[in-house]
Amino acid sequence: MSRIFLILLSALLVNNYVFIKFLGICPFLGVSKKMDTAVGMGFAATFVLVMSSVITWFVNILLVKMGLEFLTIITFILVIATFVQFVELFLRKNSPGLYEALGIYLPLITTNCIILGVAILNAQQSYSLLESVFHALGAGLGFLLALVIFAGMRERLELYDLPKPFEGVPIALILASIMSMAFMGFQGLIRL
Amino acid sequence: MSSLKEFSKGFFKENPTYVQVLGMCPTLAVTTSALNGLGMGLATTAVLTMSNIVISAIRKAVPKNIRIPIFITVIASFVTIVDMLMHAFTYDLWKTLGLFIPLIVVNCLIMGRAEAFASRNSIGRSMLDGLGMGLGFTGSLVLLGSVRELLGSGTVFGLELWGKKFNIFLMILPPGAYMTLGLLAALFAYIGITRKKRGGSK
Repeated sequence: MSRIFLILLSALLVNNYVFIKFLGICPFLGVSKKMDTAVGMGFAATFVLVMSSVITWFVNILLVKMGLEFLTIITFILVIATFVQFVELFLRKNSPGLYEALGIYLPLITTNCIILGVAILNAQQSYSLLESVFHALGAGLGFLLALVIFAGMRERLELYDLPKPFEGVPIALILASIMSMAFMGFQGLIRL
Repeated sequence: MSSLKEFSKGFFKENPTYVQVLGMCPTLAVTTSALNGLGMGLATTAVLTMSNIVISAIRKAVPKNIRIPIFITVIASFVTIVDMLMHAFTYDLWKTLGLFIPLIVVNCLIMGRAEAFASRNSIGRSMLDGLGMGLGFTGSLVLLGSVRELLGSGTVFGLELWGKKFNIFLMILPPGAYMTLGLLAALFAYIGITRKKRGGSK
């Protein structure tokens, strides 16, 4: 039980995927300009992460059994892309409200490297099903946390008068550098 | 547009890293040294060029609705090939780059070029586009890696330029990646702005 908690905490804070491990930077920079889009993207990514880590866990067992590990990359990305497509169709049919809220972020999630990254890491570290789920949950919540903190700061940044070359992405990167330093403070909190 | 321009636009004007801000994850993660940046850049260039060629060759046979899964399959196949080749021939580099080799599949630069360029242009032009964009990406990675390696450990490509006296260890850590990339992007933006001003006054 404690190992599961450690995996969750490690993915959420100590090895935060955005600030320390550099996964999912494109959506992180792309949709963190406004708070509500950041929250929507964060939740959509968390949901897809957890579900796809369950699916890829079973797919991986199948691949290992058939001795086809070299097909991991192709299979995982296709499974994830298909799954995201299905979720989109399902939401559109059954809960238009949720589709309105998450719908536009779903196609973007396929190319979010945090999803494929976590799936491959689960397979490499041969996590059990429960461990995979909590690893994915931690990664997703960490991504959400990073997005929300960052969106809050960028909303304020809009009000300030910056030197022209720094406007937009450059200042966001420097802000992320300072946040990353803050997250390095968690280093050494736990050891896996 | 002449084919030379097709090739060279990736170097500065449409530089994937500093101007278009694509493919950020490997850019930030693997550039702890110039050599790692070069390895990652060349691996991406290989995948980008090959997938551009194939996608351009099959562009007329691909139905519009399912083009994205087909592109992903093509890209993933080449990534698997590159992954295996690097495992066989450059084992140390393969180990350092680790997870980021399989993640070339979801590098938005490759998907972006497939969708925006290779699916609409001839094979030759797509190859030049892929090669140019890939080398532009490699150049950015080597630049970023060199700056970080120089400031962090006083060397470039392992060649010692000054002693360990002036090392800022932070530069090799994650915050240093964001910081260096932010400052370099600002520099590129500054050069772009001054160029435009000069062009306007003429």
